[in-house]
Formats: sequence, C-alpha cells, structure tokens
Amino acid sequence: MSNESLYLEKIEDLARGFGLDYFPVRFQSVPPSFMTEVAVYGLPVRMPHWSFGVRYIYQLIQHRMGHSHIFEVVVPGDPGQAFLADTNNEAENTLVLAHVLGHADFSKNNLLFRRTQEQVGYHIVEQAAAHAYQINQAIEKYGQARVERVLDAALSLEQHIDTHMDLRRVPYPSEEEVTPAPSQDPFRERLARLAPRDTGEQASDEPGGPAGSARRRSVPVPPHPETDLLWFIAHYAPDMEPWERDIFLAVRQESFYFQPIFACQIMNEGWASYWHARLLREASFLPQDLYLEAIKTHSDVVRPYAADEQISLAINPYHLGFVLWDRLIEEGGIAAARRVMTEEDDAGFIRNHLDQALAKELKLFQYRQRRNGEITAADMDLDAIKEDLLRAKYNFGAPHIVVDSIRRDGCLMLRHDHQLDGRGLDPDAANHVLEYIQQVWRRGVRLQTINKRGQEEWLGIEDTT
Amino acid sequence: MTGICSMTANHEELRWYDLFSRGARDWLRHNQKMREQLLHGLPRILSQADSLGNLGNRKVQIPVKVLEHYRFRLNQDSDNTGVGQGQVTAGDVLRPADRQRSGGGGNEDGGLEFRVEMKIDEVVEWLWQELALPDLKPKHDTAMDDDDWVREGLDKKGPRARLDRRRTMREAIKRRSSTGSAAAIINDDLRFRQLRRRPTPATQAVCLFGLDASGSMGNRERQLAKSFFFWALEGVRRQYPKLEGAFVAHTVEAWEFSEEEFFQVAGQGGTVASACFNRVASMVAERFDPSRYNIYFFYASDGENFSDDREAATAGLRQIASAANYMGYVEVGSPRIPLDTETGRIFADVIAEGGQGAGFAVQREEDVFEAIRVFFSHEAAHGVH
Repeated sequence: MSNESLYLEKIEDLARGFGLDYFPVRFQSVPPSFMTEVAVYGLPVRMPHWSFGVRYIYQLIQHRMGHSHIFEVVVPGDPGQAFLADTNNEAENTLVLAHVLGHADFSKNNLLFRRTQEQVGYHIVEQAAAHAYQINQAIEKYGQARVERVLDAALSLEQHIDTHMDLRRVPYPSEEEVTPAPSQDPFRERLARLAPRDTGEQASDEPGGPAGSARRRSVPVPPHPETDLLWFIAHYAPDMEPWERDIFLAVRQESFYFQPIFACQIMNEGWASYWHARLLREASFLPQDLYLEAIKTHSDVVRPYAADEQISLAINPYHLGFVLWDRLIEEGGIAAARRVMTEEDDAGFIRNHLDQALAKELKLFQYRQRRNGEITAADMDLDAIKEDLLRAKYNFGAPHIVVDSIRRDGCLMLRHDHQLDGRGLDPDAANHVLEYIQQVWRRGVRLQTINKRGQEEWLGIEDTT
Repeated sequence: MTGICSMTANHEELRWYDLFSRGARDWLRHNQKMREQLLHGLPRILSQADSLGNLGNRKVQIPVKVLEHYRFRLNQDSDNTGVGQGQVTAGDVLRPADRQRSGGGGNEDGGLEFRVEMKIDEVVEWLWQELALPDLKPKHDTAMDDDDWVREGLDKKGPRARLDRRRTMREAIKRRSSTGSAAAIINDDLRFRQLRRRPTPATQAVCLFGLDASGSMGNRERQLAKSFFFWALEGVRRQYPKLEGAFVAHTVEAWEFSEEEFFQVAGQGGTVASACFNRVASMVAERFDPSRYNIYFFYASDGENFSDDREAATAGLRQIASAANYMGYVEVGSPRIPLDTETGRIFADVIAEGGQGAGFAVQREEDVFEAIRVFFSHEAAHGVH
C-alpha cells in the first residue's frame, strides 16, 4: 500500500486546495467477507439480530452472482473510518481514497449530517460496539428469546424517529399553564397577577398551591401526535423494564445516525463520485496507466445501466448524483455547489436542480407496473419523475405513523396518516408489527388506517389481560 | 489538521473479525427460528397427505420461505410507478406480463424460497429430540421373551461351515511373524464362530387405532385424529422395527379397515364405543398375543358416547388395558370442559383402576405434538416393566 499512501498525501493536498474540509479519516484494509458484513449491518460492529442474517444471505447471493462489488464503506465521524476491500488493486484503491475524501467532506458539512452527528457524538462505531456488548450482556442475563422480542419490535420501528427533536428528549410536561381567557376587567387581571407576590407564595413553581392549581391543568400524553415511536414507547410503555428501554434507545440512537445517510444518498454518492473523478483528473503525479485503469473503474461504478443493457428500471444514485453535481459545478462554480451540498437533502436536490434538459439528457422516464407484472414506459413528465424518485425517500422510507393517545385502559392508539401517504397500510405486515409492539407495550395496541376500498379500518390487538 | 491516522494492511495479524462471522451467526439464528416454525407447521403439512400410506416413500417435501422481519409498509395492490433510465417512448412494453402472477400482490416476488426434503425417520428422530422424549419401554417379563440364536465369540473347534476365514488368516499372520515359521496355516490358527441360544425380549409390536367415525366427527376432527395417529405410529415405529398397524373405525358398529381406507371412512349416526373396544379386545385375543406383542392402543373421538353404553364400554376398555402397554385417548372435539365427556370419563376410570394410559384434548394442529409429548413421556415413566 506504500504507493497508495504516497498518492493519498498528494491527493489530500489537492483536495484541500479545492476547499474540501473534513475530519481525519482512518483507512483500514479488510477482507471482502468483512466488507459484506459492514454493508449489511451498516456499521462494523452492531447488535445481533436474525434479520441481519437474512440480509447477509441476500447480499452473499448478490455478490456470488456478480451483481455487487463493494470497494469501500465509509463511516462518518471524527475521525471518520473507511474500510477498503483488500482485494482492490492499486488503481481501484487510489480511486477509492479520493472517493472517501468526498464523503468525508460531505458528512462534515451537510447540515443534516452535522445535526445528527452532533447529537450522536461523532463516535458511532464505538457506540454501536457498546450497544452490541450491552445487548449480548442482556442475552446472557435474560435469555435470547426475551431480548429478541424487544429487538423484533425496536428494529421494526427503526425508521419511526423524529430527527427534528433532540436525541435526548425530555418527557412531555405533565401539566401545562392555562392561559386565562382575556379578562374584561384590566384591574382584576392586574390584581390576580399581583396576588401571589402579596402573599409571598411562589405560586407558579408550586403546583399544589391554591393559585397554581388554578392556572395549571394536566396534559394528555402525547399532547400532540407523536412521530418518534421508538422514543415514545421507551418512555411511556406502562410495564417496560429498564433494560428493555435501553435497547429501544440504543436502536434509536443508531437510527439517528443512519437517517442522513438515507436522506442524502444521491447527493452524497454523487458528491464523492464527482470528487474522485475530479481529483484524479487533476492528479498529474499519477502514472498514466494507473489513471486509465482508475477511470475505467469510475465508469463501471458511475453508469446508468448494467454492462450489457440499454435500459434500466432503477436509477443508479452514483450516476444521477454525479451528473447533477457535474452540471452544478460547471454552471455555478464550486462555491455555489458547496452551498447546495451544505443545505439540501435529496428531496431539495432533486426538486431544485433536476431540470427538463437534464432529465432528457439522462433519458429518465416514468414506468408503470401493472398487477400482472407488465411494465410499460409511461411518460417523460418531469414532475412525475421527480416525485417517483423521491417517493421512497420521504419520512426515512416509512409510512407516516403517529401515536394518537394512550387509552384509559393503557391501550396504545396509533394512527396512519393515509392522506399523506396516498393509500392504506398492508394489513398483514402491519398486524405483525403491532404484535411485536404489543410484546413490549404489554397492553393492547391499535392502529387506524384505511383498507383497499378506502374505508377506515382498525388493526391490532386489544388487551387480553 | 486532517491527515491519515493509520493505513493498516498487516495480514499476519489475526483480527477479531477473522474469528467469527456476524452474518453467519445471525443467519444461523434465523435458521433456528425457521426450524421452530417448521416444527409447529409439520403436523398440518403432513396431515395434508391423503393417507399415512402415501408417505410410503418415507420422505416429505416442505416448502420454506425465508422469515420476514416485518415493518409498516403501504398497500401494494394498485399499479405501481417507478423511474427508469434509457431510450424509450411512452407506451413501450419493457417487460411482458407474467402469466404466473395472475393478479396477486405485487410484493410476492423476490422472496427466497426453497424446499426442504426430509426423511420421515429423520423428522421423527428430530421431533423426539425437540420434545425431549424418552424411549419406549418394551415388556421385559421372561414369559414374553423369544429365544434366538446369536453369534457370540470364537473357538478353535467347530463345524467347517462356521470357519471364520478372516480371523483364521489373521491368526496365521500373527503366528508367522512372531515365530518365523513358514507353514501357511496350521490347525491352531483355525477360528470358528460360535452360536449360542439366547433369550431376547419381544420386539414385535402392534399399534391399534380406534376412530370414532360417527356423524358428529367432522372433517376437522378427522384431520386432527389423522395427524395424531400418524405421529403416534411413527413414534412407536421408531422403537419397534417389526411394527404392525390395525385400524378400527366405528359408529354403533365397528369394522376393521386397511390403512388407506381408514381415514376415508365417514359413518352416519351415533357412537357406541363398546363396539370398538370389544372389537379391538377380540383382535388382541385372536391375533396379537400379549406375551409376544407390545400393544399400543390409541383411540380418537369427540368424546360423545351413548350413556347407555357406559358399562359395556368400560368393560371392553378394561379388557384392552389388561393386555396393552399403553392406551392413549385423543379428544378432538371442542367440549366446554376438555376430557369431561362420556368417553373421557370412561378412560379416566379405567386408568384410575391401574390401566396404563392418558387422555389429551387436541383442538388445534399445534396441540398434536403436545399430545405426542404427553403420551410418550407418560408411557416411558409409567410403562409396563
């Protein structure tokens, strides 16, 4: 790797010259089996769960069939950690090093990344390893079956978090101030405000005080529809044990880390691809044949279709992102592109910067898949294309589900916002998830959605105790 | 400042991730969970076969799907749209309709599915392990023993027919290498197999199945009985290589059937259990001498029996009890209080008098293995010694 180390130093100089700004990155060369696992788990060490085993097998099959080759996996943080396949050749590694610097720049500066990184603390690798350890301890203490029941629920709700709120949220206030109705009598109003001071009582801080109780009333839980299901269940489940809450919060923390990676995939991969291409192009110190081979790898990664096809029914985010950034930097310069990189996520990126001309150049089209499996090309309407590109990206890729209330018997009342999602939930899958939740909520769990005919439908389990 | 902390590529060093694969660990856990699910599904899967006889090739194929970890997802029933890339014009058919998917959900494809072929013997062996069942106890009274010739030891003298050439050659080689003698084989080298007459415990067994085929036994009840009988038969067969089966169905009368016909029988009218019990008792007396056979009797009914028949049925069952290693009563109906039925009480009475057996209520397919577990662990604990 000595050559690569040499190149890396010079590539970093180049990168800094272009204004790339990133935390130090730790590079590690690891075997392909390890690469597969990091890709599946998202992190080098993560809690054990059987569902990862299923993803792992799918990944292995894909890999065997030659559909996927993983060159690198980057974990943002301070320092960032990059894992390179030890099967990469010199040219591939040189390309990958430059690619990683692009990712490191992106994750340090993009606001979404910055916010969750600040919340999570820039050390997710160590934290996830600690979670894995904590869960293994729980398995030893409480048995695999019990821990698995908690993980079944927590991981199935992985996407249902609210990153607009802090990672460490305080519970809702149990009471709220009642703003008195505007008084008709200014004098009485002033007197009422003065009264506590006269008697020397600190009424506003003493809920039991006579004046206090008049001004406060208890608040329903949740006071507004709550979207962070993991947080809500961890804090308000009537009979959850502390170690079970810890598992929920561990999953939630990792979810906070994963959310920007999901929400900025097209931008992030595009940005890294743009910079590996640009940096290598500017790297006059690279031997000619190494450069050519690296660029060949580049075009393999950043291509819209599989090698022997002319049409693809899925968009390669590397390609789409690369072309968009290339266009933006060409037209507006690096500084303007950096501003976009800092402020947007994929939704803004696609909506604001994918225009008719570019969509035509990229030959994007909308297709329609009928129930019998037939797929036909629909049309080239730009807005429809944008919405289809983004549909899977909203709300962390999950349907909008909120906690409405806790019924008096402790039953958890959930509601699916079907108007936002445009259709109802798959009742079979939803019932399974509700069963998972019921195992930790330990009371009834009900969910309101609509069925295929658009009629209101209640799913879930009533309390059996 | 930015910079590289380390660039490790030391392949000599053994790293922690070389020691185990997390992916493989979690996949094995998935397989274990699938095994458990399969176990619960087995009675249902296997009872779908037309008769126990159809399992004659002694293999079953079980389709299994990778388990799904569910998440909330939207209904996929309507047409879906997506974005593609390439040179097309609106209306181009990019993929023809799939004839196999005649309107099912769009989410069906993509699931990894495979078929597990299992030998019945293996399933039974596995089941016995899962249920932690002990072996059955054959009868050990000397009166019930068979005499048999068994091969036992070698001798230097014996009839020529029983010369063991292999052993003889071995002795010759030993002798030649230790003494240096050149003689190929001498009399001293000869070894003859010895036979001795030894008593062996009776290993013959018979499983007698009684099925209430009256009008009140619906398809569901019959299916449950069949599931149970299948596993009971396999469980007994596991112990006794020479197992016979006898099948008696009854309404107010009792008839003996072949295994194939047995489960097709649908009768009309009421239930007189004594008809069945007497029939079984006389079969035992005529064909399955208790001193030579290990006798297992399993009876399935919804528990309804004419109350006039109570005494006769109790007498008949008593007769069977005196000869049988074990009697199992499977109640497949859904009475208000399980086993608190005419038939249930008859069995309870006879068992209370010292007959070996137990009753168990099977209301769903999942209960079948529980019934098997109860019967077989009970038999081993209390069986005839």
